[in-house]
Amino acid sequence: MLIPHPLLGPRDSQEFTYLGDARLIDRPDGLAEGALDLFHDYLYLRDNPAGLHQELWFHEQGDRSWLVVTRDTRTHEIVGAELASDVARARGRSK
Amino acid sequence: MHDLAPLTPLGAASPRTDRIGALVIREVTERALASVTCRRGQDAGFAHAATRLFGITPPAPGRWAESGDWSLIWTGPDQWFAEAPFESHEEIARIVKDGFGPSASITEQTDGWVRFDIEGPTVIELMERLCPLPTRRMETGAATRSIIEHMGCLVICRSAGVRFSLIAPRSFAGSLHHALVAAAHSIA
Repeated sequence: MLIPHPLLGPRDSQEFTYLGDARLIDRPDGLAEGALDLFHDYLYLRDNPAGLHQELWFHEQGDRSWLVVTRDTRTHEIVGAELASDVARARGRSK
Repeated sequence: MHDLAPLTPLGAASPRTDRIGALVIREVTERALASVTCRRGQDAGFAHAATRLFGITPPAPGRWAESGDWSLIWTGPDQWFAEAPFESHEEIARIVKDGFGPSASITEQTDGWVRFDIEGPTVIELMERLCPLPTRRMETGAATRSIIEHMGCLVICRSAGVRFSLIAPRSFAGSLHHALVAAAHSIA
């Protein structure tokens, strides 16, 4: 399987490790009202779609960047990959 | 007073060279190494200092470049390795830090790594047995980190199809050397 790295082009999947759902980027504010419930949902609740799924992959044996990879869970087709830092900034995060 | 004798990454007094078939595998110890990382929000000052110190702009992702004594290797977003002759740049971290000031973070790397240069007309056959990178398509000037027998390795294409440098953590020197020699014998 090849991952289309946004900086380096197609790379062998054995260079990567997999973390899971890309919604892990949206870490709740620990000081907010109801933080306990927010963290419960953040930690335990995941969708399990049959179809397109956004997930975090780490280019551990490469340039060590985190990617948000869009994968079809029915076919394992990789539809796209973006730098996780770009995705986080687009959602209003500072880093 | 201690009187310590320098050892190469393979543990000998002088660097090792193996000639196997058409291939030469050479342990390289004459280069000093430092990592250079652009600090957040300092891009303009960093680019200016890099051009002044190295004489070139730092290479794009997946590339390396050289100018005079220096070669620069892209290692990750906003991060490079700077290489220079050990003889004249033993204090490479101080030299690079003086050139960048507060725009970059510099870390001495010289003795943390082992470098092997592999050269010969069958170098692609060797790399194809060891590494998932498409080395046959790599151009002179390409450099990227990948894996060789489970070891993270920087693969630097010095001359397309003919000469590559491999840089791995120093503690892997013996294992990487073994992998290279075994693969070289298999195609010799």
